[in-house]
Parts: sequence; C-alpha cells; structure tokens
Amino acid sequence: MINFNYTIWIFLLPFLMFLFLGLAGHKYFPRLSGILGTCGLAVITVLSYITAYKYFFTSEKVDGAYQKIIAFNFTWLQFTDKLHIDIGALLDPISVMMLIVITTVSLMVHIYSLGYMKGEKGFERFFSFLSLFSFSMLGLVLATNIFQMYIFWELVGVSSFLLIGFYYQKPSAVRASKKAFIVTRFADLGFLIGILILSFNTKTFDFITLTNPTGPAIAQGSGIAFLGLSVMTWSMIFVFMGGVGKSAMFPFHIWLPDAMEGPTPVSALIHAATMVVAGVYLVARMFPIYALSAPVALNVVAYVGAFSSLFAAVIACTQTDIKRVLAYSTMSQIGYMMLALGVAGYGGHEGLGYMASMFHLFTHAMFKALLFLGAGAIIHAVHSNYMTEMGGLRKYLPITHITFLIACLTIAGIPPFSGFFSKDEILAAAFHSNKILFAVEYAVAGLTAFYMFRLYFSVFWGKDINYHQTPHEAPATMTIPLIVLAVGCLVSGFIPFNKLVTSDGKILESEIELMIAIPSVLIGLLGIGIAYLMYVKESAIPDKLAATFKYGYKWAYNKFYIDELYLFVTKKIIFRYISDPVAWFDRHVVDATMNGIAGITQGVSFRIRGLQSGQLQKYAFVFITGAIMLAILFIYLWK
Amino acid sequence: MNSGIPLQYFLILATIMFFAGVYGFLTRRNLITILMSVELILNSVNINFLAFNRYLYPHKLEGMFFSLFVIAVAASEAAVAIAIIINIYRRFTTINVEDVNEMKF
Amino acid sequence: MDILSLFVVIPVLTITAILLLKDTRQVRLVSAFGMGLQLLMAASLVFLYLTARHAGNNDEMLFIKDYLWFKSLNIHYAVGVDGISVAMIMLTSLVVFAGIFASWEVEFLRKEFFISLILLASGVFGFFISIDLFTMFLFYELAVIPMYLLIGIWGTGPKEYSAMKLTLMLMGGSALLLVGLLGIYFNSSPDGNRLTFNILEISKVVIPLPDQRIFFPLTFVGFGVLGALFPFHTWSPDGHASAPTAVSMLHAGVLMKLGGYGAFRVAIFLMPEAAHELSWIFIILTSISIVYGAFGAIAQKDLKYINAYSSISHCGLVLFAVLMMNQTAMNGAIIQMISHGLMTALFFALIGMIYGRTHTRMIYEMGGLMKIVPFLSVCYVIAGLASLGLPGLSGFVAEMTIFVGAFQHPELFYRIVTILAVSSIVITAVYILRVIAILLLGPTTNEHFEHLPDAKWFEKISVVTLIGSVAAIGLAPFWLSTMIGTSLHPIIEKIIALNPF
Repeated sequence: MINFNYTIWIFLLPFLMFLFLGLAGHKYFPRLSGILGTCGLAVITVLSYITAYKYFFTSEKVDGAYQKIIAFNFTWLQFTDKLHIDIGALLDPISVMMLIVITTVSLMVHIYSLGYMKGEKGFERFFSFLSLFSFSMLGLVLATNIFQMYIFWELVGVSSFLLIGFYYQKPSAVRASKKAFIVTRFADLGFLIGILILSFNTKTFDFITLTNPTGPAIAQGSGIAFLGLSVMTWSMIFVFMGGVGKSAMFPFHIWLPDAMEGPTPVSALIHAATMVVAGVYLVARMFPIYALSAPVALNVVAYVGAFSSLFAAVIACTQTDIKRVLAYSTMSQIGYMMLALGVAGYGGHEGLGYMASMFHLFTHAMFKALLFLGAGAIIHAVHSNYMTEMGGLRKYLPITHITFLIACLTIAGIPPFSGFFSKDEILAAAFHSNKILFAVEYAVAGLTAFYMFRLYFSVFWGKDINYHQTPHEAPATMTIPLIVLAVGCLVSGFIPFNKLVTSDGKILESEIELMIAIPSVLIGLLGIGIAYLMYVKESAIPDKLAATFKYGYKWAYNKFYIDELYLFVTKKIIFRYISDPVAWFDRHVVDATMNGIAGITQGVSFRIRGLQSGQLQKYAFVFITGAIMLAILFIYLWK
Repeated sequence: MNSGIPLQYFLILATIMFFAGVYGFLTRRNLITILMSVELILNSVNINFLAFNRYLYPHKLEGMFFSLFVIAVAASEAAVAIAIIINIYRRFTTINVEDVNEMKF
Repeated sequence: MDILSLFVVIPVLTITAILLLKDTRQVRLVSAFGMGLQLLMAASLVFLYLTARHAGNNDEMLFIKDYLWFKSLNIHYAVGVDGISVAMIMLTSLVVFAGIFASWEVEFLRKEFFISLILLASGVFGFFISIDLFTMFLFYELAVIPMYLLIGIWGTGPKEYSAMKLTLMLMGGSALLLVGLLGIYFNSSPDGNRLTFNILEISKVVIPLPDQRIFFPLTFVGFGVLGALFPFHTWSPDGHASAPTAVSMLHAGVLMKLGGYGAFRVAIFLMPEAAHELSWIFIILTSISIVYGAFGAIAQKDLKYINAYSSISHCGLVLFAVLMMNQTAMNGAIIQMISHGLMTALFFALIGMIYGRTHTRMIYEMGGLMKIVPFLSVCYVIAGLASLGLPGLSGFVAEMTIFVGAFQHPELFYRIVTILAVSSIVITAVYILRVIAILLLGPTTNEHFEHLPDAKWFEKISVVTLIGSVAAIGLAPFWLSTMIGTSLHPIIEKIIALNPF
C-alpha cells in the first residue's frame, strides 16, 4: 500500500493561499501575490503529477483493475449513524486524471494571468479567487462521497460567480455573474433532491459503497417505483440535472455564453477546461449506478448530450464574438462527452464510451484552454471581441497564430492531433450503440470544423483592418502557456487511455476503427474546406446563405430565443406574477387582517367610551338607579 | 317616652331631604349647588341617625356620636370642596362642571 | 452564586453601573465591558459544559440550581442548561456584544438606550437558563417590554405604529402561551402530587392526550408568533424596519429564536403525542412561511424589509425542522437558529452601517457601493453567501442538516413537503444576488456617496465578531453538531418511546 497522505496538501494549500491572499494580499503585497499564487499552484501541480505517477504505475492492481484508494477521510458533519458528510480524498483513475487536467490548465492560466492581468485593479483579488477555485475544483474531483462533491460543487459555483463578476463595475458582467449563479443554483436544486432521494433509499453518501457494482446500493431502490420509473432512476435524473446546469447542457446552457464577460483566463480555466466538465465527471463518478440501475436516466444523458452538441454547433456558426463562438463550441464538445457516457455500458467492451468520454474530457481541456488563451492574446492585442473587427492577424501574432491553428486542427479532429483520437472513440462508441445519435454526432463533427475555421480564417487571414495601434505579440508570460498547451494537444492523443481510465478499471482493448476514422477526418476536412471557400476567398456565399435561410439564420444568431424565454419566465412570471402578488398579499391581506383586528378593537372602544364620560353626576345617576332597582328587587321580588 | 312626634315623621322628612339632595346632585351643574345637595344628603342621614337612636336605643349614645362625626367630616369636606371650587373658578372662571373637562380622554 | 444566575446578574449590575454614571460618554464603555464579560462567561460556560460532559456527567441538565420562590403555587426559580441552551447563550452573548458596538454612535438618550438594550438581553439570557415554566415566561415578558421602548423611542419611520404592532402581536402570542403553560401546569401531576412548573419533572409524566390536543396548539402558536409563523409574522417586517440597528440585530438574531427554542423545549418536548398528531397542520404553515417569505423578499425594495422577509423564511425552516421530530432535523433546527441568528445580526448591523452613511435604505437609490465602502460591501457579500447556504459558512450546515433530516421522515407527505422547502434555496439565491447586484456592484450611481468613509474600528469589531463565528461554524460544524446532538438524545428518546414510527 502506497502512502497518499500528502494529498491533503492538494486541498489545503490553495485554501490557505486563498485566505492569505484574500485577507492580507490587498494591504501588504499586491504585486507579489500573483507570483505567490502561481508558486503555490506549481507545488500542487508537482504533487498531482507525483500522485498520478504513483497511482498509475506503482499501485497494486487487483484482477488487473485499478483500485479505488481512500487517501484520507474524516467526518465533517454527522447527520445520522449512517449518513455523514466526510471530507477526504478518493483516488481512482478518473479523479487522478482530473487532478492532472486541473492542475496543468490551472498552472498555465496562472502564468498567463501574470501577463494578462498585469496592472489591473484587484490583481491580488483575482489570484485569491483563482486559488479558491482551484481549491474547490480539486475538492470536487477528490470527493469521497456525494455530499462532499455537492459542497465543492457549490463552491466552484461561487468562485465562478466571483470571477465572472470580476469587473464588478461593468453592468453586463454583474448581470452575467448573477445569471450564472442562479441558473446553476436552480440545477443544483435538482442535484440536492437527487442526493436526498438517493440517500433515503441507500442510507449512504459514500461513493465506494454506492458505486460498487455488486454492492447493495445498486440493487436497492430500483424496485420501488414512483410515477412509472424506479426511485433510483428518479434520483439519477435529478442528480444529472445538477450536471446539466454545471456543464451548460440544454436547457440550462444560457449562462455559459454570458459568462464570457469574465476575464479571458477565467473563461479558459473555469468555463472551458475544468468547471464545466464537472457535470461529465459527476455522471462518470456515478456511472455504475446509471449503467446498472437506471438505464432510463442514462438514455436521458445521451439524448441531452446529443441535442446540446448539435444545438450549440448550429449557434456557433452564426456568432461573431470570438469568445461566444468558443463558449458554444465548449457546450457542443461537452455534449459529445455526455453522449459518450450515455451510450456506454459498464465493463468490458461496452465501456468504450466511458473511456472515450474521459479521453475527450482530457484532450478537450488542453485544446479548449489553448483556444481561449489564444483568444485572450488576440483580444489583448486588438482590444475587441468581435471577429468583424479583426483580420490578417497572422503577421502580427505569429506564436498565437501557430498555436491557435494547432488547437483548431485538434478540435476539428485532424490526425495526428489529440482531438482526432478522442473524437474517434466517441463516434465509434455511438456507432455501436445508436445509429441516430451517431449520425447527429457525425454532422456535428463537420459543423465543428466549419465554425472553428470560420473563426480562424476571419481572424488570422482575410483582409487587413486598420487598427488604431499596430497589434503586437503578447509577452512571454502569455506565450509560454500557449506553447506548452499546444505541445499538450500534440502529445495527449497518444496517452493510452484504454489502459488507464476505464469504467471498471481494467484494460480495455480498443483500436482505431478505420471505417469510422476515415469518414470523420473527411467531414472535418470538408468543413475546413467550406470555411476556406467562404472566408478566405472573400466570396459572397456567407451573406447569400444567410439571406436564403433568413429565418433560420436569425433564429440561430439569436440563440433560438432561449434567453428571451428565460427572461420572460423570470421577469414576467416569477417577479410579476408570483413575487409581487405575494408581497401585495402580505401587505394587503395578512397584514390588513391583523390591522383589521386592531381597528375593530379600536372602533368598538370608540363606540363605548361614552360610558366612561368622566362626569361624576352620570356615574352617580347610574349608581343610584341601580341601587334603587336592587332595593326594589330585594324588597318586592325576592320573597 | 312615646309622647311627641312619631318616628315616621322623622323618616319622611329625612327621605324627602335625601331625595331632594340626590336630585340636586344629579341635575345641577353648578359646583356650589352640588356641594349643597351633598350637605342635604348628609343631614338627612344625620336626622335618621338621631331619630333611630332616640327611638330604638334611648340609653345609648352611638347615634349621637355618629352624627357628630358626620357633621365634622362634612365641615372639613365643605372646606376642601370650596377650596377646590375657588381654584377651579380662578383657572376656568366658571364653576359649571361640564366646562371643567380638560382631563377628559 | 451559581454560574448560570450570573448571566442575569451581570446585566443587572451593568445597568446599575450605567445608572450611577454621570458622563454619558462612559456609558457605552461600561456596556461594552459588561457585555464583553458576558461573552467571556459564555465562552467559559461552553468550556465548563464540555468538560463536565467529557468527565462523564450524563445528566439531562447540568449546573441545576433550584430556589423555592412562591410556595403556594410551587413556583421555583430553577435554572439549568444542556448543550442546546449553552449554544443559544453563546449566540446571545455574541449578538449582544456585536450589538453594543453597532450602536456605538447612538446620541439621543444614550444612557436609557443602553439600559433598555441590556435589560432586553438579560431577559433573553434568563429565558435560556430557566427550566421552570413560570420563570421562563417571566423572562420572556421581560424581553418583550424593552423592545417597545427601543423601537418606539429610538426607531425610524413609523416607529410608534411598528412598536405598538409588534408589542401587541407578541402580547397576543403570550396570552395564548400563558393559557398553554397553565394547561401544562394543571396537568403536571396526574397522581395528585403537587403541581409543578419544572420542565424536567413534567417531562417525566404523560399529559393526557385530550388536554395535549388543546394545549399543544396554544403553546406552539404562542411561541410561533415570536418565531414568525405564518400568518402571524407581519409584526416582523414593520418592526425590523423601524427598529434601530442594535435592536434589529437582537430581535432577529436572538428574540425570534426564543420562539423556536420555546416551541421545541416546551411545546414538543412536553407534549409529543399531540405534536406528532397535529404536526401536519403546522408543517403546512411553516412550509408556507419558508417559500412565501422568500418570494416576499424578492419584491421588496427596502433593505430591512428584504431581510425581514428572509428571516421569516429562515425561521420558518427552524419550526419546520422542529416539527419533523427526528434527531437530525432537530439538530438542524438548533444549528439553523444559531446560524440564522448570527448572519441576520450581521445583515442588520451592515444595513445599519450603510444607512448611517447613505441615509437611505432603498436599494434603487444606491449602487456601486463596493468601490466606495469595500470593507462593508465585502462583509455584506459574505453575509449574503452565508444566507444562501454557501458551504464553509454556517447557513449550509444548518440547511443541509435540516433537509437530510427531514427527508428521512418515513411518510411520503413529509418528504414531498421537504422538497418544497428545499426549493427555497433557489429563491434565496435570487433575492440575495439581486440585492448584491443592485446595491454593491455596478457603477456608482449617486455622486454624493463617492466620499463616504469605510468602516470605523468599532464597526469592524462588531462585524468581524459575527463573521468569525459564522465561518467557524461553517468550517468546523462537528463540535457544535455533536454538542447539540448529545443533548438531543434524551428528548428524542422520549419522543420515539411515545411515537414508534
């Protein structure tokens, strides 16, 4: 048994860093705090790589399967004898893989931010929030039980809120942060209800007990039916709702594009590489339950994923804000991962989708972070977010150009870049399980290549635009992370995921199926070709197309009016038809009743106060009359 | 012993005086008149005391003493009342009870 | 002199000292000293309590003292504490301590203000230490009366109206309560022994069920009025809005908890059968409180109103959890009382400080305060996050304990209602973020506010005390949870013995 006790520092260090920078950074060393934060994260990155090495290559396997190791665990809050929230670290293939993803991307983003955020007001605040985020995200992936995951789930939500609203004086940023928090909070409500149902039926929060494929938890609850579905299915659908919110799947995707109001490094870290894949991670974490006990819920996962990926890809083709294009592309790629999980089964070759999903999560983190950081470098140079205000930048930004091109090729699925391998596995998994979903994903692959190269060509090629200042390449602190991540894009495709990360921890034999790989590369190339024709050749085709499919284009450009629908529901229904009437009811019915009681008392007392006139003679009159009447009573009637 | 005026006469006189006093107390609005009515009531009671004392317990003196007490109390009461009335008059320039209502409500 | 009575004696001594003072500037120093001493006492009480428990003392109540007070009715002055009351005493002393600093700048009739405030506090302390129903009721009334003066004299807005409304509604509640308590008293000894007011003795007998059916609702509603039970909550928005800062803090932070504590300690503990039988009615009412309060808060424009409605929602959760009658939910109810007490006091303190600077409480008249008064704003955000249940702050611990506990209820009806109550966390997020966005973030809307000073030292003491406690509970809930949990055992055992679920 290898000692993993030191993993506690993977949590503690960023948390301490957050407290330290947040409380003291402002006063004593605003400049130094960036470097301090980055160094702290570097230590964590090293620890994570050591952990990964030790876990994958030196830990013991049982029956050829990687074991789940509890590095440490202590009870944080005891509910009942069986239900208690623990805080601990669970090491298994996916959590260790996530450690690598998070720390690598986070470190790159830290270094990049040293340059990008230089001179911004609130520099130390930025780094303390980043530390808070790293802490929460690491806690999330290392969670030993579902409630610990929920705790950190909320914490990443709040760090995302704080970072989106980093420019707190900008009304659009404030709106976006609020929206992100509330939408994900609503989804988290589902997560919490799912946890409650799950815990009621299984009497445990613990992941190892819950997901043990031969354990009692899986069998429990699947028998009890409620409204036609088993209780387990209900709880898994509710839990998935949390994942839908955090991973910006349809219909809770609306916060993600707006979240691009945050600083670009934040978009790269939180809204592309790490936090938004938490939903995928959640499903993967609970996968045995989904696969063995709630297949209906797993189907929901597949269809939501497929629909979201198509939906987002269509919208991405029409957007002009480069960060928004990337945001929709993120949503689309996460849809891929969800779909892959949804079509997978537990163990053996059935588990191909699971492996593919994790593989894609890994490669996606690399290339999407690279895309966002590249976009940040572009925005840094041009001071605009809009493609229409860019063009011909390849001369000015050579390093950014090359790395961005690599990222685009990766996401388009061109070999030998990593995206090709992971996407191919997903398509293969879909092909073997559901042909309709496969067709959808195949089309999305083409769309992806198209919109990414639309972005690439219109930014780096095309005609030169008269910039106010000549754009210049970003400083080394920003370009080094780009180069590192580009290398990551090249290399990560060759990591043998089928040996390391599989649904049951055993080695999965898989090879590239040429029948699927070749057409997928072809459709990628087709997409790139169309983009080339439309955006480099200066043709009028895009405008013509837009004119031909006028309504379709308009709908897609306006994101299918989902935002307006939400706005309608919140502003009109919740505010106008629920809250205001409640407030009115409270003032004019409940309170009025209380005031009414007081009023009646007062009114009656006004009526009868004439009796208490204060005139002695009236009292005396009443008194004497009474006395006489009593006298008569006693003398004549009381015989 | 029984020669002279019968007891009923005293009682009738006292009753008339009592109700005259009550009537005056209830209807008059002038403080002095009200005070005078109270004196009437008190004196009617005195007459009753004396009459009953004389006719029922001729060898005892409690009735006499009681009426002496009543006279003394009435005298002091009149003194206090008149002092108050004078003060009221100084302040309100009236001794009509209905006008003296500053403390009401 | 036993340690518990000191909690009443120290405030009285402080009041006497203030009365003797000539210089009004020293008044606040003396008050701060007195209440600081009280805080130290509370801390040492926690310590003594834990030591005694650790030493193996398993009595239901510790530090019991009993003096006969009025022989013919068998009224005693009886005090004693368990983990729950120790925690509530700690909460009270924290809030009072912070309240003294929050009202550092009261100018008008300063001496009288502090006297009333401390008198109020001594009533609350007395309530928590008593185990005799009569003394408990006495202290309860003692706490309500200074409230009238504090709001009526030092308040803002329609203060006389609000003070009158608050006092009358609470008095109405006490009238019901008194009937309930007398009902318990006259049933306290079915064997024909002496009647008693002592809670521990009453808990050993079983009050006949027909009597429970009458007196449980009376007692519960009587305490419920103070705990803002729907539809008897309307004193709360007006009262809070008119009250001066420290009074809002004390009122929402501590006085409303008297309701929850009383409902738990008297109504449910002494009459569990009726509580079990009638709980569904009150569960419905409290669920309405929870959701309705939260929706009500969304529509408000005045900071104090928002907070008052939010308090209705959160206090509804306390009564809701108490009625679930199982260990976890009740544990959650107590933690929620403490957590809500701290964070709502924090809210009201901050609102008072913001109002002291901007002279308005209307959120639309302010904006972008984060840039102008960063310290206060950051604290406000922390309070808001605590209120919407962010892990790491106390609100999360309390709410999750309640939800998990309530969801373990074996009957489906209760679980469905729990889901309804859970949905309040989203609504809470909506109104909290709405306020934060309008009030603190965005560009500065009013240029008159641009040179407002940030927090002064005494304001910082007040706020940091509260935030520290909120974070301490949020980060390390186990000790509090365990302390309450062990004290709940005898109570739960009694309930379960009578109602085998």
